[in-house]
Amino acid sequence: MSASGYAVLAEGVVKRYGGRKGAAEKRALDGFDLAVRPGTVHGLLGPNGAGKTTAVRVLATLLRYDAGRVEVAGLDVAREPRGVRGRIGLTGQYAAVDEVLTGRQNLEMFGRLFHLGRAGARRRAGELLERFDLVEAAGKGVTEYSGGMRRRLDLAASMILAPAVLFLDEPTTGLDPRGRGEVWDAVRALVAGGTTVLLTTQYLDEADRLASHITVIDRGRAIADDSPDGLKDRVGGDRIEVVAAEAADLPAVAKAVGRVAGGGLVVTDDTGRRVHTQVSDRVAALTEVARALQDEGIAVEDIGLRRPSLDDVFLRLTGHGTDLEVAA
Amino acid sequence: MTALELNAHTGPERSRAHWLLADCWNITRRSLTHYQRQPLAIVWQLGFPIVSVLLYGYVFGSAMKVPGGGDYREFLMPGMFATTMTMGFMSTAMAVVTDAGKGVIDRFRSMPMAPSAVAVGRGAADLVVACAELTILALTALAIGWRAGGGPLEAAGAFGLLLLLRFSLIWVGVWLGLMVPTPESAGGLYAVAFPVTMISSALVAPSLMPGWLGTAAAWNPVSSTVTAARELFGNPVASGGTWVEEHALLMALVWPLVITLVFLPLAVRRFQRLSR
Ligand SMILES: Nc1ncnc2c1ncn2[C@@H]1O[C@H](COP(=O)(O)OP(=O)(O)O)[C@@H](O)[C@H]1O
Ligand SMILES: [Mg+2]
Repeated sequence: MSASGYAVLAEGVVKRYGGRKGAAEKRALDGFDLAVRPGTVHGLLGPNGAGKTTAVRVLATLLRYDAGRVEVAGLDVAREPRGVRGRIGLTGQYAAVDEVLTGRQNLEMFGRLFHLGRAGARRRAGELLERFDLVEAAGKGVTEYSGGMRRRLDLAASMILAPAVLFLDEPTTGLDPRGRGEVWDAVRALVAGGTTVLLTTQYLDEADRLASHITVIDRGRAIADDSPDGLKDRVGGDRIEVVAAEAADLPAVAKAVGRVAGGGLVVTDDTGRRVHTQVSDRVAALTEVARALQDEGIAVEDIGLRRPSLDDVFLRLTGHGTDLEVAA
Repeated sequence: MTALELNAHTGPERSRAHWLLADCWNITRRSLTHYQRQPLAIVWQLGFPIVSVLLYGYVFGSAMKVPGGGDYREFLMPGMFATTMTMGFMSTAMAVVTDAGKGVIDRFRSMPMAPSAVAVGRGAADLVVACAELTILALTALAIGWRAGGGPLEAAGAFGLLLLLRFSLIWVGVWLGLMVPTPESAGGLYAVAFPVTMISSALVAPSLMPGWLGTAAAWNPVSSTVTAARELFGNPVASGGTWVEEHALLMALVWPLVITLVFLPLAVRRFQRLSR
């Protein structure tokens, strides 16, 4: 795909905001590195304000950067922005479709602006409406669309050229679970077609489900770069958590939980009644602990599984939580 | 869902100039499709000038005198035409700020299309709408007795000058649309636009205003277009005899040129600043 062999390559990218007219300078990207292999889904995981949108906008030629090197689909972004634009698709943080037009009119308009020609644009719009399950809504104005439908139309618009690299900036933020599922299905189908996807998200489970590789970004810098499993191993994977009804039962509960502990510690937290540990097979662990507790007649107040959250990741990787300033 | 084939779609090979024109036309077409999808919007947009013509013509008309004589309604119509052209920059600004807020402009910028088409196509659509507005206004004016006595060529020239004013204000609209953060705040621009049209010769001859206000009104670019249109239409002019009023035809060309020379680069710069 390129000399580097990566679909996206960013090295030491710096993006400064402000610093003029006395405004304090702010580094939205501060030596940001990223390498995305062709044909994969790569997750860019970070809390609000970490620099995800800035990174995507730099990669998608929308924003100039102050230092570093960026290559997308084999082309230097600063030197050949127009060439890059012909090879990428972008779905921004907010659905960028024309609200007044119908779904079909949107896709045909963008298709013509992608220089497919009139007939080509019409044909492509038809294909994409079918692919994204929007045929029935094709003639309706976008204002009548649900959040999930709007997002799907947005995705379809960014897929008009069947781009080599697709950028998705928080594609499921603000969607209900059904909408999220719809978008996830669409993303999986895209990758099956060979597109490289860079997806930003605030949700570890979303990155886990879709991405084969995850870069964690914090304050404009990549602080971890790993497979989802590798990352979860470092953070501590899924956990089982039992709350004993009586403090006196605690040792027995800890023993039952200890049986499924995947090599990690069994932790009793300071409330004095909650016990948790890391597990590898979630469902089997839950079944086994529940059965053991029942066999011994121990009453529990609560038992459940917990996936590590972005907060857990940050606590482990940076020593601070995700309590950065809340930003756009 | 099935997998989507890669790179299955590329357009026909054409020259750069061809695609520039095509991009502009597609943006124009999009803006015009908006009106087709929102018939009520066009009813409002075209209905407002009609109502204004009737309101000013009959409510004010009965009390207004034209210095130097002449029928007020005859005097008023070119003023109403120019006022409508001037207020048109609001719809340009609204359209631009809405697109910018929704990320539609970002999407355009991430595509291999000509960046200039975003503004040029928008402007072309605005001019089409302006022609429709002028047609409706002229028909209304004719219905209430206004006549262009100056001959067809002169009338065409007057309409040309009105469109030239609207053209120059496209760039003001694009620039403002990229400056203001939300469509709601763009609505506040009415508070600026309204006085600009009032402090001109559109409704009242500047010579009837207090000294400084009259001077400001005479030098208002809107006034030059209004006065030039009055001359060309053969309507009462009511010139106060100042230099700028006596050279209205010239100034009706100069002002739009100056506005374009100032605001076109500003709009372009603002557009480029999106990538900072
Ligand atoms: N136009 C801007 N001007 C100044 N600061 C900005 C601008 N855009 C983003 N920032 C700052 O850069 C940082 C990263 O923002 P962003 O890339 O939007 O983060 P994310 O998408 O991860 O939430 C934030 O601290 C934000 O306040
Ligand atoms: Mg963001």
